[in-house]
Amino acid sequence: MTVRSRSIGNALVALAASLLAGCAATPSRIDPFEPMNRGMFQIHTAVDEAVMRPAIQMYIDVVPDPVRQAVSNFFNNIDDMVSVVNDLLQGKIDKAGNDMGRVMLNTTWGLGGLVDLASMVGIERGNEDFGQTFGVWGFDQGPYLFVPILGPTTFRDGTGWIVRAAWGGPVGYIPDVAVRNVIYGVGAVDLRAQLMGTTKLVDTAALDRYLFIRNAYLQRRRYLVYDGKPPPEKEEE
Amino acid sequence: MFVFRSIARCAAPLMLLAAVAIGIASAPARAQEMPDVMVKRVAQDVLATVKADPLIQAGNEARIREVLEAKLLPNFDFARMTALAMGKNWRTATPEQQKRLTDEFRGLLVRTYSGALTQYRNETVDYKPLRMNPGDTDVTVRTAVVRASGSPVQIDYSMEKKADAWKCYDVIVAGVSLVTNYRDEFNEQIKNGGVDGLITTLANRNKGVAAK
Repeated sequence: MTVRSRSIGNALVALAASLLAGCAATPSRIDPFEPMNRGMFQIHTAVDEAVMRPAIQMYIDVVPDPVRQAVSNFFNNIDDMVSVVNDLLQGKIDKAGNDMGRVMLNTTWGLGGLVDLASMVGIERGNEDFGQTFGVWGFDQGPYLFVPILGPTTFRDGTGWIVRAAWGGPVGYIPDVAVRNVIYGVGAVDLRAQLMGTTKLVDTAALDRYLFIRNAYLQRRRYLVYDGKPPPEKEEE
Repeated sequence: MFVFRSIARCAAPLMLLAAVAIGIASAPARAQEMPDVMVKRVAQDVLATVKADPLIQAGNEARIREVLEAKLLPNFDFARMTALAMGKNWRTATPEQQKRLTDEFRGLLVRTYSGALTQYRNETVDYKPLRMNPGDTDVTVRTAVVRASGSPVQIDYSMEKKADAWKCYDVIVAGVSLVTNYRDEFNEQIKNGGVDGLITTLANRNKGVAAK
């Protein structure tokens, strides 16, 4: 299973790489599928407002703050393990050491990741993923995509998602499918709950929520690929 | 690697000292506050007020806006922010339109900011050392909001030196520029309804009409 998923992942990377080659991120070309994406965004918004937002709000209202924080910490710890892999793939040895230290500290003294001790002692999260690794390797971001439920992405970042899903991350090594699915489910709830504040901000700030989210997403990803020090973008005219 | 780091660590405060010294030496009759000193002073003042005000803690946005008008907003260059968000369209607007655009965009940014500020509780702000050469008139002041748990959020302020003081013309939150993020939205509005269409949309948003 794992071997097969991995080779599918590799094939997809190769496919995406060939698709992405030569695709420049000029403003007119960042979103060639805009009409389709807007349709997907509408579907997403309808589902989000009808089902997800009320459910997540209930989760926020019912589950006490410290418990939700522990849940976030648990999933951040898993993401930190993924960061270690990507730090190494990007050749960032210092960062890999940092993230490795975080995982070891939080998994042991931090009760399996429920307590983020590493942040308390000032070891910052590396926050690297496969999409960023492809960016560092020189792949262009490719066309922007909006996927209902999953949200904004690009060809490059979406390929990153597929690689991560195919690998399964650390959770993928849990043999019991039911347990694995519960963990994935709670992880999704946690992620959406963390985004509730952002949702409110977008509702206040945006003239066109589709464009606002698209541009914020692309700016944010560019910033992450350059580790917080993006070179200045070419000004329009 | 480590050698470089320790040099960087020592160099930063030294450079800051040097910058301050140069700032003092080259100051005209009235000394001009350094941009990072200004950001820190204003941010601490606003956050202390927000924290101490029971009305704000209860989520009273009108009160927040009052505080922002008095303490924060005079330090922003809203005309420059609007021009940046407009891009090449700015030049096609008449001075009258530019003024209305600036007023409405200012209103939108303030509404967004005051909404975010009601969420402020126990975060602390970490002020990064300023990297600035003598004679620079455009600098970025870097800060990070440190939360009780979770990753810090980087907030950078783009500052321009004006005759009387430094003014902020962009805020970059976690890598997202609040100003340039609007460029495509502004473009789209102008393409569909001209500059006046954009003014109407902004005014409607400020009156609470939901976005599409």
